[in-house]
Amino acid sequence: MSSQPNPTPKPIVLYFQAHQPWRLRPFHFFEIGSKADGFDNTQNEAIVRRITRQCYLPANKILLDLILKFPQIRITFSISGTLLDQLKQYCPEGLASFKALAETGAVEFLAETDFHSLASLLPGTEFEEQVLDHVARLQEYLGVRPAVFRNTELIYNNDIAKKVHALGFDGMFLDGIDAVLQGGSPNHLYEHPEEKGMKLFLRNYFLSDDIAFRFQEFGKKLTVGKFMSRLKSIPQDDTLITLGLDYETFGEHHKEETGILNFLTDLLVCLAKDKHYNLVTPSEAIQQLQHTPALHVPDTISWADAERDLSAWLGNDMQQDAFETMAHLEGRIKAMNDPTLTDRWRRLMTSDHFYYMSTKRNSDGNVHAYFSPYASPYEAFMNYMNVLQDFVHTVKEKEKELATFPKKAL
Amino acid sequence: MKVLMFGWEFPPHISGGLGTACYGLTQSLRQHDVEIILVIPKLHGDEPDMKFDLINASHVTLRKKSVASVSMAAAGLEIDIADEPANSGKPAEFVVDGPAAHLKRPVYTTRETGDLTTVEIPSYLSPYVNPAMSVLPKSMTVSARQQEPSIVERDEKSERRTDMNTEYTYKDNDKRNHDNTDHHHADTDTVGKPPQEESYFYAFSGKYGPDLLEETKYYAEVAAEVARHHTFDIIHVHDWMTFPAGLAAKKASGKPLLVHVHSTEFDRSGESIYPPVFEIEKAGLEGADGIVAVSGWTKRIVESRYHIAPSKVKVAYNGVMPREITPLTHGHPFGDHVVTFLGRLTYQKGPLYFVKAAYQVLEKFPDAHFVVAGSGDMLPQVIEEVAHLRISTRFHFTGFLKGDNVEKVWSMTKVYVMPSVSEPFGITPLEAIQAGIPVIVSNQSGVSEVMSHVIKVDFWNTHALANAICNVLAHESLSATLRENSKQEIQDITWSKTAKKIKTIYHELTT
Repeated sequence: MSSQPNPTPKPIVLYFQAHQPWRLRPFHFFEIGSKADGFDNTQNEAIVRRITRQCYLPANKILLDLILKFPQIRITFSISGTLLDQLKQYCPEGLASFKALAETGAVEFLAETDFHSLASLLPGTEFEEQVLDHVARLQEYLGVRPAVFRNTELIYNNDIAKKVHALGFDGMFLDGIDAVLQGGSPNHLYEHPEEKGMKLFLRNYFLSDDIAFRFQEFGKKLTVGKFMSRLKSIPQDDTLITLGLDYETFGEHHKEETGILNFLTDLLVCLAKDKHYNLVTPSEAIQQLQHTPALHVPDTISWADAERDLSAWLGNDMQQDAFETMAHLEGRIKAMNDPTLTDRWRRLMTSDHFYYMSTKRNSDGNVHAYFSPYASPYEAFMNYMNVLQDFVHTVKEKEKELATFPKKAL
Repeated sequence: MKVLMFGWEFPPHISGGLGTACYGLTQSLRQHDVEIILVIPKLHGDEPDMKFDLINASHVTLRKKSVASVSMAAAGLEIDIADEPANSGKPAEFVVDGPAAHLKRPVYTTRETGDLTTVEIPSYLSPYVNPAMSVLPKSMTVSARQQEPSIVERDEKSERRTDMNTEYTYKDNDKRNHDNTDHHHADTDTVGKPPQEESYFYAFSGKYGPDLLEETKYYAEVAAEVARHHTFDIIHVHDWMTFPAGLAAKKASGKPLLVHVHSTEFDRSGESIYPPVFEIEKAGLEGADGIVAVSGWTKRIVESRYHIAPSKVKVAYNGVMPREITPLTHGHPFGDHVVTFLGRLTYQKGPLYFVKAAYQVLEKFPDAHFVVAGSGDMLPQVIEEVAHLRISTRFHFTGFLKGDNVEKVWSMTKVYVMPSVSEPFGITPLEAIQAGIPVIVSNQSGVSEVMSHVIKVDFWNTHALANAICNVLAHESLSATLRENSKQEIQDITWSKTAKKIKTIYHELTT
């Protein structure tokens, strides 16, 4: 028998972000005014089906099997409303497999903005509306009620967290970047400086990106052994490790041939068996951890690009112009109270559209380009603006209709 | 490293094109400690008059000096290259024996300034003279060498010169060679029928005259002579007109030959290539020890059309001379929505695609204006298409422009379009960017390989081109982002980079 005292296992939150936007179809300037559908349903269906086949189904199966085998496993998901809707529409079997995970009780689902949107940057109540819509959607599609929140692309500041707390959430995720930690460790559960009871999970981006971005670097593959030794190098005093990555990492960004799915299996088995670690859900972590130092984040941060700010979506004139033009429609959209138009407007608010318009160069530029369906940020902007302007025509038409037949509209 | 280079106009008179490329490259090579003997065809010094006048003069000079002087006096010229080389510093003159000896003209003159030796060979070869070039005014003709110019012919020439002095030359007589059915221009009678003894030059005919081929041969003879009189490590030539010279110099000296491809016959003429030029290009490419292409686009043409082994062809992108163009605060008579095409009006540059896109843009922006700056063999066709589409009031043909006039056009331009069918590189878009103008280029261009902050479309896709133009006109944020980022991006496109690459190739070929 070992003489070492049995260590308290260190809690690990492992969360996966799953999201697909409603991509736009190629939309010509001359179509503006035709009041057409600007979304590329064929392409969206093809992409969601492909990713479901390559990632969601096989990875969900791994998780489900392992949870049955090791009931101590805990997984956290954040699934955008735009993906849930597309799964429902194009791939019901994908949605069913998430539901099966939900039913194990070992998986916690986070709330987010329904449209994976930049709504947290809008004044007014659009943000709250989208969060509540997402909560309702989770309830309807997966039968779960979320207690912890994760904003689009981990966009975060004190004020957003305040709003989130006011909506009844006990915790929220943000990226554990040095600019806010100032030398402190991301490996603790923190707390909002003013909102008592609002706990903060800081993603350990270094370890997370080891898997997400550096699984295969310089022709060398990350092994579970190597990853575990990095986990072990985390100081004893650190109390919580939060790992967060795109779920599409498993089978889409890294294809199955790379061995990424085996890595996922082996990692979970290893963590389940290792007495030093304990996979937990965010809600469990909040219950377990009493000591939660305050963390002050006055400036808006995110998990994107080297800058870790809003510049991935609003870094240049085009992005700001597109976003502002979209945002200015809010009053008119809300006044009409037309569910179809509101839905279309919100789809245009999804962060991806603005992400494609980034003109950053360097390695971040390559990541933007990888995700973008467009040849260049300029094409992304032109196409978005064409769709948006056509949408404005649709809105105008509807307004006229409402002015002419106010009763019929009711 | 000492290079015998057969280059072009130095310094360049005209922006863009081969002259600019050679100038930029030679200047940077010198900064990278490469010694250069630069051989250039030259008929004049830096006179403000256009070179086609001098072409006439040179021919006359060859035949009979007294007649030539009369002729030139009549034309208001004072140049006689035989007696008075442009440089008054009494450069050395050489006369060769052999077939060219009877011409009794100085075969070449040399000037030395530090690391650069300039050798000028009197010749009417010009970087701008090929079927794709519109730089020379419409009625540029060249007398056959062997013919005594008649008084009548001279008169006619001076007459034509007069109306050529304006840059607005819509009445290109080249059309005649192109399309015999269409003689609707007012001056058809004057210029419509070439005198028998004149062989019409290839510049606007879309055809190469036999004179040009003769001239390249003659140039090659002199080149061999130059090669025998100088010591150097490698020969470097630019485009087909200097390929025979390069091959001759190689034969005379035994030194390796590097062939630099700025444009091929397939770029200039599409599928209807002129076989003798193709043959010269092929011989040069095959005879070369190494080949430099100005883009991946051109490298692929060299490989696929001339069947050259890929390993022999290296890509060295052109650079751009750093230049801050402060837009002239000039009245904008056409308002805000001015779309500009600036380049030769030739098949290669795709001007008709510009017109087709413009027609679509006008549906959405009825007040947009389209400036077509340049001349060339397709000008009549372009004008007719514009008239046919009934959009003449929205089109402005400036003819060929240079200097200040180019900047005036930039100052009123909202977006620059280069819809080239096949553009080996394309320096003009970079100059537009320097002037702070957002740029749309075709994917079929070398410049699209080095610039990411431009809008790219396929040249045939006028629908996409119109879409792009409309968007730039509609959204200031788009043009601002393009402007700022592209200006930033061209800082990296330097001749110094090109020179470094070329220098490496020199070393590979000489060791």
